[in-house]
Amino acid sequence: MAKRIDVSGLSAFYGAHKAIDDISMTVEPRSVTAFIGPSGCGKSTFLRTLNRMHEVTPGGRVEGKVMLDDENLYGSGVDPVSVRRTVGMVFQRPNPFPTMSIYENVAAGIRLNGGRIRKSELDGVVEKSLKGANLWKEVKDRLDKPGAGLSGGQQQRLCIARAIAVEPQVLLMDEPCSALDPISTLAIEDLIGELKERFTIVIVTHNMQQAARVSDRTAFFNLAGVGQPGKLVEIDDTERIFSNPSVQATEDYISGRFG
Amino acid sequence: MNDMDIANSAPADRPPGPASPDLTAAQPAPAQGIRTRKSKTTVRPGDRIFLGLSRGSGILLLVIMAAIAVFLTVRATHALSQDEGNFLTTFEWSANTDPPVFGIAVLAFGTVVSSLIAMLLAVPVAVGIALFISHYAPRRLAAPLSYVIDLLAAVPSIVYGLWGALFLVPHLGGLYGWFDTYFGWTGVLAYHDGAARSLFTIGILLAIMILPIVTSVSREVFRQAPKMHEEAALALGATRWEVIRMAVLPFGRSGVISASMLGLGRALGETMAVATVLSPSFLISTSLLDPGGGTFAQNIASSFKESGETGKDALIASGLVLFVLTLLVNGAARMIIARRKEFS
Repeated sequence: MAKRIDVSGLSAFYGAHKAIDDISMTVEPRSVTAFIGPSGCGKSTFLRTLNRMHEVTPGGRVEGKVMLDDENLYGSGVDPVSVRRTVGMVFQRPNPFPTMSIYENVAAGIRLNGGRIRKSELDGVVEKSLKGANLWKEVKDRLDKPGAGLSGGQQQRLCIARAIAVEPQVLLMDEPCSALDPISTLAIEDLIGELKERFTIVIVTHNMQQAARVSDRTAFFNLAGVGQPGKLVEIDDTERIFSNPSVQATEDYISGRFG
Repeated sequence: MNDMDIANSAPADRPPGPASPDLTAAQPAPAQGIRTRKSKTTVRPGDRIFLGLSRGSGILLLVIMAAIAVFLTVRATHALSQDEGNFLTTFEWSANTDPPVFGIAVLAFGTVVSSLIAMLLAVPVAVGIALFISHYAPRRLAAPLSYVIDLLAAVPSIVYGLWGALFLVPHLGGLYGWFDTYFGWTGVLAYHDGAARSLFTIGILLAIMILPIVTSVSREVFRQAPKMHEEAALALGATRWEVIRMAVLPFGRSGVISASMLGLGRALGETMAVATVLSPSFLISTSLLDPGGGTFAQNIASSFKESGETGKDALIASGLVLFVLTLLVNGAARMIIARRKEFS
């Protein structure tokens, strides 16, 4: 469980447009790494290159290397489908499958790729995942009800339960709280603190307080101008980024002087 | 629709914090300001004209519907009162003899069976084409392909009829012979020589005719499948087919049912193509490949000109049955769609 991510010289393109340029960084296992930066700086694009979701967009293309421990995700012969099983993802808007019950939503990933599993075993995994997402107590009596009937915050935790049910090595979160109210946000942040015991977590956030609260390391992304590719400005311990960053641009951004 | 549900349910768990009262309080204030300035009794002429027009159209529609219903019922009742046979179970259709003897058994059987064959053949193919266009084909291929499919819908039904009679009928004998050799024992697919002017041929022809409508409606529905659910499936490690199964087909299910019903409606009511191809006879054959049979619309088209007063009324009665049949099919489709509404 929980592998190290080592990115070197990674650029991502949408057709001819270069979205991010030459990014290298290391993400430590069993820690939370936050990506911050102004809109359009490519932090979400970069996040999506870490589980090969970027190439799903028409024209999406990547150069460079992403090593998960000692396996290159972009190596020849690597199946993107198996990459995504290893590197799970939670999206900005809660997106449980509307036609499935709460139970089926959590079981969805396990049933994929012809996975056969006994009912009793599946019950166990569903319960464990929902407990892992701090949702079990709220939904245990209505597992057969539609997932879309839950509140926004519960739906997002359901999505987290669905993502961790397949036991990924890494969990990517793309602004997971931006569609949620403060109380639900707090519940997710607490959950992230628990999940990092088991997973490598990367979270994109626009909320700098959130980055400061939940992450161990913070990466600041920026772009030189409109139409220019986004770049990694620096990555460091969160405490250092928010108190004494080594680059002036980071300090300007964090203190609200631009962006 | 799904997006809306989620967007609506999101604020549900928002605690009654200080932010929400502020927002709600800010909105009605200007609206009240505008309303008090205008007199409540003022009705703009444009509003009045539009209201009159739309209300008038609505009433006109109801009046026309009622008039048609009354006309059909009166004429049908007249024919039924003279019928010497049992209207529902009689095979024969001799509405112009004295006394008239006619029943819809053969027509109902032929209509339902040929339409069912058409659905069985067309819907899977249409869903496949729709998925290919919406999710598999490169854009350069998808656009011309949808255009060609839509073009199929523009072919007049008499042209399909001619093609069916001049091309399909002579060429299907071989296939039917093969069916007979291997599946003849079922009885349903037995084939005794003769022109292939059978219900099965009609089914094939109708399948081609309803293919475009089912395809294009399904394609539009599949295209609207929410990206966020497709991405959710992808991020779980789903293959393209699994994405379609988890996020596209469930979303499009009710749309595909509606599309099929549109197609079924066309198949049930198709007239010229069926009349051109079928060699009508008032017999029900156990084999679908043997010539003979008839459908409501085909029978009306074939016998209307030579019918007398009672014969025409009898045809109207059979038309009413077709109308009720279509209504039942639509009702059933709505029930299927509504049954799992909670999940969509």
